Formats: sequence, structure tokens, C-alpha cells
Amino acid sequence: MNALITLSVLAILVLYLGLYKAKNALLPVTLIGLAAALALSILEWNSGAAPIYSGMMLFDNFAVAFTSICIISTMLILLISKDYFEHISEHVAEYYTIILFALIGILVMVSFHNLSMLFIGIEIMSVSLYILAGIRKHDFKSNEAALKYFLMGAFSTGFLLLGIAFLYGASGSFDLTAIKEYVIANPTGISPLFYSGVTLMIIGLSFKIGAAPFHFWTPDVYEGSPTLITAFMSTVVKTAGFAAFLRLFMVCFAPLHDFWMPVLLVISVLTLFIGNVTALYQHSFKRMLAFSSISHAGYMLFAIVALGPLSGNSVFVYASAYSIASIIAFAVLILVKRQTGSDNFESFNGLARKNPFIAFTLTVAMLSLAGIPLTAGFIGKFMMFSTALSEYHIIMVVLAVVNAVIGIFYYLKVIVSMYFKSAERNEVQSSPYFNFVLGFSALLTIIVGVYPGFISNLF
Amino acid sequence: MEILLLQIFIPLIAALIILVSGKTIVRGLAGAFSLVSLLITVYLYLNFTPDATTQFLVDLAWIPQFGIHFKAGVDGISMVLLLLTNLLIPIIVLSSFKQDVKDQNAFYALIFFMQSGLLIVFTALDAFLFYIGWEVALIPVYFICALWGGENRIKVNLKFFVYTIAGSLLMLLAIIYLHLQTPGNSYDIAEFYKLELDSVTQGWIFWAFFIAFAIKMPVFPFHTWQPDTYTEAPTTGTMLLAGIMLKMGIYGVIRWLIPVAPLGFQAWGETALILSVIGVVYASIIAFTQNDIKRLIAYSSIAHVGLISAGIFAWNVQGLQGAMIQMLNHGINVVGMFFIADIIIRRLNTRDLSLMGGIAKPAPMLAIAFLIVLLGTVALPLTNGFVGEFLLLMGVYNFNIWYAAIAGLTIILGAVYMLRMYQKVMLGQVNTSTSAFLDLDGTEKSVLLIISVLIIFIGVYPQPILNISEAAVINLLDQVNQKILVK
Repeated sequence: MNALITLSVLAILVLYLGLYKAKNALLPVTLIGLAAALALSILEWNSGAAPIYSGMMLFDNFAVAFTSICIISTMLILLISKDYFEHISEHVAEYYTIILFALIGILVMVSFHNLSMLFIGIEIMSVSLYILAGIRKHDFKSNEAALKYFLMGAFSTGFLLLGIAFLYGASGSFDLTAIKEYVIANPTGISPLFYSGVTLMIIGLSFKIGAAPFHFWTPDVYEGSPTLITAFMSTVVKTAGFAAFLRLFMVCFAPLHDFWMPVLLVISVLTLFIGNVTALYQHSFKRMLAFSSISHAGYMLFAIVALGPLSGNSVFVYASAYSIASIIAFAVLILVKRQTGSDNFESFNGLARKNPFIAFTLTVAMLSLAGIPLTAGFIGKFMMFSTALSEYHIIMVVLAVVNAVIGIFYYLKVIVSMYFKSAERNEVQSSPYFNFVLGFSALLTIIVGVYPGFISNLF
Repeated sequence: MEILLLQIFIPLIAALIILVSGKTIVRGLAGAFSLVSLLITVYLYLNFTPDATTQFLVDLAWIPQFGIHFKAGVDGISMVLLLLTNLLIPIIVLSSFKQDVKDQNAFYALIFFMQSGLLIVFTALDAFLFYIGWEVALIPVYFICALWGGENRIKVNLKFFVYTIAGSLLMLLAIIYLHLQTPGNSYDIAEFYKLELDSVTQGWIFWAFFIAFAIKMPVFPFHTWQPDTYTEAPTTGTMLLAGIMLKMGIYGVIRWLIPVAPLGFQAWGETALILSVIGVVYASIIAFTQNDIKRLIAYSSIAHVGLISAGIFAWNVQGLQGAMIQMLNHGINVVGMFFIADIIIRRLNTRDLSLMGGIAKPAPMLAIAFLIVLLGTVALPLTNGFVGEFLLLMGVYNFNIWYAAIAGLTIILGAVYMLRMYQKVMLGQVNTSTSAFLDLDGTEKSVLLIISVLIIFIGVYPQPILNISEAAVINLLDQVNQKILVK
């Protein structure tokens, strides 16, 4: 749990650095701190964790794995934030600090062992994100995003809190183990209050992960927020949301599978179709990514619908593959938008001729998101399909295949623009930081795609 | 060092080397690497014992926790397809030397990347590996067709890509489903063969696999992507697609579809056969009405592949052996056909048959080569096509005489539309654009010489090829028939 403490100290340290105008030290200090937190969390791998802080948190392998991928994604995003934040605001230190605070919330979310900690984690993360979404305070769209996000977030928190209260009312405890024991001890006589609680939790968490029909805030918030914040929200935050979702259902609600499974099944299929079909009609690359992130949430929900021993690992691999590919996509988007001022598909025309490296990495990312073999995305989809088929959700998987095919249309669109459409353009200016992040992420995507053995059997 | 690993991965290494090599040596490197692959295949062929066993077996743990192995091997059926792939790639590479390709590094790298995928498909004994190879072969050819293709390439290739991916995802579902049914959760083909699923389930499995393979071949009514894609693709792309890639579908039917779902095959095999026969007649008639030389060859390819597929679904020795040798023949012939079409199109700047005519006069050598390839395609005795189509028709005949009668139309119709094309292109009056037609130059001569020799040699002496696959084919037949008869 040292990672959590390290991050908290780091966040305050960065804030003080900002106070003393040590602008150049911000990024290195943050990165070193994150690397330390990463190392500390990995050290707790397989340490036979028991609940700590009076049973509030449990830093087991599940938590270690999700913490690590969230920290790595954050590091990659921060690496490309060099001279990005300076462009959009004077308060650079606050950026780093708030992102770190959000990360602290995420750590709590993935390692909670008590419903109150789940709530606290989600709130720490959400409040930070409300600020981040609106940090371009003179930009109308950014303000709109922040307001929408805040209203929707507050609304969904209400559901969540009421759900937690109901669960407490029925079981008499916030503790996950106690709730689990309550469910197992009363196979027939579970109070209706408990079922209402589960339903409200599903609604609240679906809001947070942007699953349909609770997804309406996502496109506007993703589009209005600064691109790097969007990257952070659609990768790290989404991963954490799923980890929390999965943890809760795996530990507490697994015996009630028959009750919530149909609900989640409908949610996941709806999410897939709404995300995919809407993404198909987008002209803006950024908006397309927003809607495609909705559809990826649908795929990840499969693991929860078909809850089984494979679920945790499936979500982990899928979320990692998706996060890394999305980071590439957003990084290239930042570069292209900086040059052309537009985030439409047309602004990618002819990119392959002038910047073959950038075009190649974006191609790898798109193929990964589309789930083409030899990329990490394929392994993720493959594991999802395996998980769902092992529980005999055949119709659901067939619908997922239909969606995978729809997805190919819009992911290929940007490849087509880059390689097959020519346009008069200058070389996009990149920096070593960007090149490192792009190259590293693309390499990771391919390595996981070719040899997934090292992350596909963690827990 | 496992020789089969070399065979599979040398093209991949070649692709990487070519990608970073200097512009001046790209063509030389490409030619050399394609010959290295061919030499390894020759070595494999010489050390191959034509019995029913799987040889040169490679079995490495790949993703052990899912039961996925890198397991590949060569039996008689795979051997024919290795020969096909590694014989055609050098010819295709050589034929591309004439073309003015920009960004050659990427072009040849993609060809070799695809070759690796094809070789994985043809040797894989693990379903996951097979699927990976299947997709790995698709992505490079998509880029080849979309980067160097004609005007409508973007739209046409999107259709092609989506069609094939949709088919293969269904196959992936079937593979995962079968995997979950095996006792030890394995992807090994031997475990798949041992499964005893009920016939309804096998019916679903049959369709999931069949649609994937039918799209690739293509079998009517899954063929609609094919004529456009062949027409818009650069000639090299068309050769790769028609010469080698569609054999992935045929091979899949023989290796995976029928042995894995024998009861599904028993229930639906005849439907598939009828679809294939419809495709033969349908494509032949459309070919007859074409005025675009590339489209005509594309439709004729659908007709010929339809016959191969019908021969397989007849499921007897003649049909299967015919399919094996005809896969090789069709590859050689269709590459020759598209090469000749490309020569003509490049010199006349048109694909329209009505603007051609009388080319035989200024270009006698081309006329002879064209005639040989054409006769091979229409299956004249003593050419390679004859052996294959004769066996195939005999196979269908043994299954049902009426299907054979209808499928036999392919020979007549094929002769009609092919000779009509020859007449329109080569014979008749010379017009202003064809009078100055240049005859074959050095590279073109050597490509067509190799192809002509192969056509005649296999036509006169097909036995070595038939010997390779015979034992494996009989073994497979027995294995499936036992399962069908027991039920």
C-alpha cells in the first residue's frame, strides 16, 4: 500500500514545486514519483495480501495489476504532456497535482475492500476529473464539458450512494466479505432491499464507465475536454471503473448471477451497438474515439456478464490493450491537430508519406482497437469471446462479432486517410517524447499481440 | 534448427530486411529471398515420404495457459500447397519487376509478410495458429491492393476486407467453441478431430467455417467482393489473391471444415456442393458477357474454383485428388492469365476487349504463350487443367450424375468464353493502337516460359504431384467416413 502513500506525498510535493515556480522540475519529479509508486506496487505482487486499515482495503494481485497498468498509462500520458499544458493554461503544477489526485482515487477504487472506500475512491477521482475537464477556463466547450460531467457525475453518485445504503440496510455491513457471507448465508431469503441496492449500484457504475443507456455525457465531455484529459479519462479512468465494477461483482454478487446477469447483458449489448453505430457516423476523429470507447466498454462488460475465473484477467488484458492503443491515437491526434487545427479525418490525409513512423504507430493502434491478430487488441477480444463462450453466451458473442465488423469500418477510415488519400501537407512536428511514447506503445501492442503469455495468466 | 520453422519465418525475416534495405537492391533481395523459400520447399519435398503421416513436426508452447501451441507440420495435402505457394511467389516477384512500383521496399516487404501468413495457414496443426495465419495473410494483401490499386481501390478493398474479416470472426467463434469442448481445453487439430458433438451443433460449426472459407474462395453467393477487388488490384495483388490466397479457403475445407464437423458435412455437404455448382454455371455465363479482360478472368476464376469446391464436397478420392492437383494448376494458370492480361493492358492502356484485336500479328510469341495458358485453363488434354478437371468431374459424377452434368458445363462454357476472349484480343483486324504492339521482352519471356513449361509438364506427367497427396487424402477420407458411418 506504499504506492498510495507515495502518490499522496508526490501530489503535494508537486503542488509546492508549482508554488516555487520550479516549472522545469514538474515533469521529471512527477515521473520519478510515479515510477517509484509503480515499483512499490509491483513489489507487493504475490505477497499474500490481507485486508489492511481495519479491513478497508485489500492490495491483492488484482489491485497490483490494475494499479500498475493505471500508473503506466498515466506516465505515458504525462510524457506527451510536455509543453502541452503550457499551451492551454498557466497553472501547470495544478494539472500534474490534480491528475495525481485522480490517480490516488483510482488506486483506492481498484483496491477497496469496503463499500465506503469504493465511494471515497470514486469521489476523489471524479472531483479531480470535474476540474480537469474544465481547466481551459476561457474555452466554452471545456466549461460545458465540466458542467455536464459534474451534473451527471453527481447524479450517478447519488445512485451509487443510495445503492450502498440499501446494501448496508440489508446486510448490516459495508465490508465486502461480510456482504459476501450475507449473500451465501441466505440463498433464498435475501431481502428485496438488497436487490434494489444491486440494481442501483449497476446504474451508478454504468454511469461511471459510460455504458449505454447511461452514456449520454461521454461524447460531449470527451470532445470538450483538453485532448490529454480525454486520453486520461478514456483510458486510466475507464480501466479503474471496470476494475471496481468487477471487484464488487466478483467478490459480493457472484452468487446472485441469475438476478443481475440479464440486466448487464442488455446493457452490454446496447452499449456495443450504440457506441459502434454512432461512431460510424462521426467526422471528427476525437468524437469517433469517444464513441468507440463506449463500444469498448460494451466488450469489457462481457467479462462481468460471463463472470468466471477468467473474467479478471480478460478485463485486465482488454483494458491494457485498449488503453495503450488509445494513448497512441490521442497522441497522434494532438500532433495532427497542432498542425492542421482540425480533428477531422481529412486532417490525417497523406500523413503516411510525410511521417511514416507516426502513421505506422497509429495503424498499429487502429488495428489493435479493431481487434486484428498480432496486436494486443486481438488478444483482448479473443479472451473476452472465450470468457463469454465458456459461459455459453453464444448469441451475445455473435452480436459482438457483428459489432467488431462494424468497428472495422471506422477504424480503417483513418488508415485509409493516412495511406491512400493524398494531400498537400507539411511534415508533422514531433518531439522525442512523443516518438518515445508512440514507439513504446506500438511495440508493447505488438509484443502482447504476438506473445501474450506474460500478462494473460496473472490471476 | 527445425527446417519447417525456417520455411515459415524466412519470408518474415526477408520482409524486415527488405523494409530497411537500400532502394537499388530491393528487387535483387526480393528475388533471392523468394528463391530461398523455394529451395527450402524443394528440400522438404525431397525429404518427404509420401505416406499419411505428418512430417517435419514443430511443436512449441506459445500461450500454454490457453492450450495454444505453435504446432505445425507437413503432410501430403500441406506439401502440395507449400509447393504452390513457394513456386508462385518467385514467379509473382519476377513478374512484378516489369511494373513501375513506387515505394518498392514496402511492396516487397508486404508480399513476403503475406507469404509467412500463407505458410502458417498451410502447415498449422493448431486452430489458433491457423487463425492467426489466416488473418496475417489478409492484412498485407489489403495494403498491397489498396496502396497500388486502381481508381476505386479504397471502396472496393474496404468491402473485401470487411467481408473476409466478418467470415473469419465467425470461424474464430467456432474455433473457440470447439476448444471449450475438448477435454483438455486444447486447440490441437487432433483433439478437434476426436470430438463427438451432436449433429445439430456440428451443423452450426459447419456453417461458421463454411462461410469463412466460402468468402475466401469465393463460392456463390459469397463472391460479390471478388470481381471488383481483382479488377482494381495491382496485377501482383490479383496474382496473390487468385493464385495463392483463395487456396486458403479450399485448404480450410479439406483440413478443418469436413474432418472437424463430419456430421455437419453429412447434413449440409450437398447444399454446399449445389452452391458450388450454381457458382460454376453462374460465373461462366457472366464471364461470357464481360468486356473487361480482367473481370472476365476474375469470373472464370470463380467458375474454376466452384468446380474444385464441388469436387471436395463430393468427398471421394477422385474429387479430392482432383482438387489437390487443380489447386496447383489453377494457381499456375491464373497467374499466367493475369500476367498476360497485365502485359496487354499496360501496352494498350485499356481493359476493354472491343478495343483490342489482331495482337497475334505483331506479337507472335505472346500469342503462343497466351494460347498455352488458355488451353491449360480450358482443360485441354495434355495440359495441366485437364488432369485436374477430369478428376474433379469424375468425383462429382461418382456422387451424383446430374451435378456432374451441370458442372461439366464449365468445360464447354469455359472454352466458349476463353476462346471468345482470345479471338477478340489476339485475332481479327489490327487497329491503330494494336498495330504497334511490342512483343514479349526478356523478363516477360522468362515468366511465361516457366509457366508454359509447368502447364505442359504437369499435363503430360501429373503423377509426381498426385503421389504427394494420395496417401494423406485416403487417410482423411477414411477418418471422416468412419465417423459418418458410425452414426
